[in-house]
Amino acid sequence: MLKVFLGRLMTTIPALIGVVAVSFLLTRVLPGDTAAYFAGPAATPQAVEEVRKSLGLDRPLPEQFSRYVADLSRGNLGNSLTTGQPVLEDLKSRLPASAELTLFGLVLSLLVAIPLGITAAVKQGSFIDHACRAVATAGVSLPVFFTGLLLVYVFYFILQISPAPLGRLDVFASAPPTVTGFYLVDSLIARDMQTFKATLAQLLLPGITLAIFSLAPIARITRASMLAVLSMEFIRTARASGLGKRTIIMTYAFRNAMLPVVTTLGMVFSFLLGANVLVEKVFAWPGVGSYAVEALIASDFAPVQGFVLAMAILYIVLNLIIDLSYRLIDPRMGATS
Amino acid sequence: MASASSLLDVQGLTVEFETRRGVVRAVRNIDISLAKGETLGIVGESGSGKSVTSYAVMRILDRAGKIAAGSIRFAGIDLDKASESEMVDLRGREMSMIFQNPRAALNPIRRVGHQIEDVLRQHAQAGSGDARDKAVDALRQVKIARPEERYDAYPFELSGGMCQRIVIALALACRPKLLIADEPTTGLDVTTQKAVMELIVELTRERGMSTILITHDLGLAATYCDRIVVMEKGAIVETATSEQIFARPAHDYTRKLMRATPRPGIGLRDLLPDDATSTPIPPNAPGAPLLTVRGLVKEYERPGVGVLARVFGRRTDPAVLPFRAVDGLSFEVMRGESVGLVGESGCGKSTTSMMLMRLLDPTEGEIIFDGENIGAIPARSFAADKLRPRIQMVFQDPTDSLNPRYTAFRAIADPLLRFGAASGADDLRTRCEELARTVGLPVDLLDRFPHQLSGGQKARVGIARAIALKPDLVVLDEPTAALDVSVQALVLNLLADLKATLGMSYLFVSHDLHVVRLICDRVIVMKGGRIVEQGSAEDVLDRPQADYTRELIAALPHPPAAAA
Amino acid sequence: MTAAPIIKAPQRRTSARFAALSSNLAHARYVIGGNPVTGFAFLLLFLLIFCALFGPWIVPYDPLASDTSATLQAPSWKHWFGTDQLGRDIFSRVVVATRLDMTIAVTSVALVFAVGGLAGIASGFFGGWTDRIVGRIADTIMAFPLFVLAMGIVAALGNTVTNIVLATAIINFPLYVRIARTEASVRREAGYVMAARLTGNSDLRIALTTILPNILPIMMVQMSLTMGYAILNAAGLSFIGLGVRPPTPEWGIMVAEGAGSIISGEWWIALFPGLALMLAVFCFNLIGDGLRDIVDPQRRT
Repeated sequence: MLKVFLGRLMTTIPALIGVVAVSFLLTRVLPGDTAAYFAGPAATPQAVEEVRKSLGLDRPLPEQFSRYVADLSRGNLGNSLTTGQPVLEDLKSRLPASAELTLFGLVLSLLVAIPLGITAAVKQGSFIDHACRAVATAGVSLPVFFTGLLLVYVFYFILQISPAPLGRLDVFASAPPTVTGFYLVDSLIARDMQTFKATLAQLLLPGITLAIFSLAPIARITRASMLAVLSMEFIRTARASGLGKRTIIMTYAFRNAMLPVVTTLGMVFSFLLGANVLVEKVFAWPGVGSYAVEALIASDFAPVQGFVLAMAILYIVLNLIIDLSYRLIDPRMGATS
Repeated sequence: MASASSLLDVQGLTVEFETRRGVVRAVRNIDISLAKGETLGIVGESGSGKSVTSYAVMRILDRAGKIAAGSIRFAGIDLDKASESEMVDLRGREMSMIFQNPRAALNPIRRVGHQIEDVLRQHAQAGSGDARDKAVDALRQVKIARPEERYDAYPFELSGGMCQRIVIALALACRPKLLIADEPTTGLDVTTQKAVMELIVELTRERGMSTILITHDLGLAATYCDRIVVMEKGAIVETATSEQIFARPAHDYTRKLMRATPRPGIGLRDLLPDDATSTPIPPNAPGAPLLTVRGLVKEYERPGVGVLARVFGRRTDPAVLPFRAVDGLSFEVMRGESVGLVGESGCGKSTTSMMLMRLLDPTEGEIIFDGENIGAIPARSFAADKLRPRIQMVFQDPTDSLNPRYTAFRAIADPLLRFGAASGADDLRTRCEELARTVGLPVDLLDRFPHQLSGGQKARVGIARAIALKPDLVVLDEPTAALDVSVQALVLNLLADLKATLGMSYLFVSHDLHVVRLICDRVIVMKGGRIVEQGSAEDVLDRPQADYTRELIAALPHPPAAAA
Repeated sequence: MTAAPIIKAPQRRTSARFAALSSNLAHARYVIGGNPVTGFAFLLLFLLIFCALFGPWIVPYDPLASDTSATLQAPSWKHWFGTDQLGRDIFSRVVVATRLDMTIAVTSVALVFAVGGLAGIASGFFGGWTDRIVGRIADTIMAFPLFVLAMGIVAALGNTVTNIVLATAIINFPLYVRIARTEASVRREAGYVMAARLTGNSDLRIALTTILPNILPIMMVQMSLTMGYAILNAAGLSFIGLGVRPPTPEWGIMVAEGAGSIISGEWWIALFPGLALMLAVFCFNLIGDGLRDIVDPQRRT
């Protein structure tokens, strides 16, 4: 297993090189004055020249690239003009907020989507099946920022059961002592049920927004792959040898049907990390997404680049995990590698 | 019909499927009875309803199918009225089934031992303490070597024959009274086929079980069954003992089916129904060598061997050396001759035919066609070569070999268009119609798309396309393997006639020795990329020299001799 | 038996063509008849096209004209969808925005279909270096969360509509490559492709006349599904302030403009452009599913 892991780790290297190269391309090689971008809109010509020197933009491209890589390896993503902090520090402090939100949304949607998809496939043509198909098509058609706003209007403005959509905790509560950076987990560790409830209340609406968004692809693929597996010949063998319905569906069909679902999770994460940006903006969530959006509005370029790079690396790591868990389910993968 | 000793009694069974085009009656009012310890064959061509019948008995028809009428009595229980939970209890314990394509019949991501345990536990034949032992025992009974190791194997790690043994172990684990085998050997090599059939016969006899063998192969059924039921289009046309069926087939359809089954001691024309115009096939006079193959080799790099291992690894290590799919073939094909290339799957016969067709480049060796070494011309540029029209091919799967977006006319016209052999649209049409008539394809079918044609018609389109440019050599890659026997009989006769009238040579690639005997002058037997034996068809098939050839011939089903 | 068929041939051919066409139509009718939702989707599509073509001439108000005497008005007979903070008529703005949103989606999908589709076919059919290079490019793009990459591209290339189109095309590139590549490499081994080689067709000819037409239906389904995604993507970008700039009417921006008013209860500013966006995406997704049923009844999900 260790060998498989190391082997798979090696295959992420080309992706990493690609990501760094693209990120360099986006920063340095594009038309327009890069120094002016980085110096920000209010900079004087001298300030622009200074930035040009400090970034080495007056040097030839290969040298710029090696300097860029060297900076990256030291964790230097530049400084944010708006916060005045190193971008890496900013990202580090804001990442837990985004991660907690994304994972919460994903877990919610898995809890609904997978049972829904399975039931739809097993009872093909039933009411649940039609509901699943409707959810799958409608879900992907909902702009995530629009869903978020609708939820805010209904649950905050009309029903008034949800707190104001302004961040991770309302202004009167204080954050739990940091252990994992996830408020839900940290407040449980601190046995502070009040904070836990407050956190959950804040997390619920943006979490549901993300869940609605990722529900559709997961339910759709679960239903489709479950249907495909149920029509396979080994299911017929299982039926012919008298296995019970439960065994057939859970042990035989479900595990096989999970394989495409696990693969799809990669795509779902891609969607989620993007949707996260929009949801954070809607709910004023203090995560990396809203950090990038604020920087964008201020034409502060270094944080945007740092954000794109950080998300890409995070995504590569997530794909690695997905791939490894796929191998755990499917014995055939080990044999071919 | 029903007697006290009968285990299964089917009366007036009718099965219907709901489809887009309305209700289709797949099985119509059939009666079948099966005595204890009896082996019954259900024989029919595709669409005869033979598999549907068995699914109905097991009550595992898919959602769209339902038993519309009739009764199924099994060991005193009315299966057609039984509840699903009663059926679950019966399936696997009292009645079992094995299927075609054994690898797909097993759960791909579950250890085979666990799959057997699942069945044992379901029917309370084993508890958690002894399940493993019982599963290993079930594996031992189907004569799997080292059953303790195989217990932990996944289906993809086992050969097709081994998978079929596992499926049999699964089916017989709870010692049922009835086994239904649905085309259990189709797709397996002849030698494996024999071993699997003998295993089934031995185990079922030993346990006094009743067996239903469903097959398209009348020869196979007659070899292993006591009685045979012949089905056509959802109905039973004849029920008789194996000897009777072969000696005095009562129904026209049975007669036709029986005649069409290739067997030793007959000629090509004997495959056709009596009333077919039987002009004798003109004798062959093979001429000068047309194709000479010398030292032909095809190597593939082994997957998973890294570049470094290839460069620095020990060249003697067999795990690093390239895999030789074809290993030093030498043979000749004369003008007007028909040569059979025979072997089991993986013997390199398809790779050989792809190289001869110049669709694949050989690693070593010469392919001399009419005095020119075409092996030296890269496959990529051979499409434009002047010799291209002279070497053509008929493919194994007629459906796969026709572009779904081309009409039959367009498919046949393609070679004529590419080589500019036609002058104008009218000429093209005339020539395609001529070709269609030559291969016996009704001219009014020319404007149909492949999905609107039957298997036999598609095969004829493929043949018309291959002969359109009047080639000297045609490679036939299992041209009838996907066809029903009655269609196969027609196509084989057509091929023989075409060869005689057009003066072509054939290289006939096949796994079916009976067919090869009928159509080939000479036979080459391949194994592991090498030729083990070659010679005239009679010599090789009647007086084989190599052990492997003898083994192949012995593995063929030997039905009771047919009366003239 | 020999003379008659030649004369009759062309006539029969057309009648057969007609039969084939009418059987396709019958199948389409069956699918739409069996699924009235697809019919509804086509109605929606016509509505969208109509608004995109004639929007500016049919709306009651100038979409850019503000009216300080009528700000933040709830929907009424005068202003069907209400007015925004500047007193602009939201109905007019939603209708006029159709053209811009559709143009972005159509252009980017056409671009990625041409480039990605051909690259994928070349990659799957020829293999070798072509495959490696195309595959590497696609993998690199896939290594990013796609919306995040689009953000990065627009931020770096500059905040224009053209760059939104470009970014949308780039992030869809791997999808098209993968589909075209898989389909082409499956068909590369198909009997009819080998048969086409035997009859003397060159590789390029086979790729264009045999592979491409067989892949086209599957690509059409994909195009319809990506249209929806492209609209969402462009609206998302403008929602966070990239690409289209105010006061241009565009659905994403309009939702962003109404976002602040939601908590004070002015729901209509964000709702109507959001609904328009949703219906447009919904429409293309439904059509995609409907086309899939027509093209490939087995893969019906």
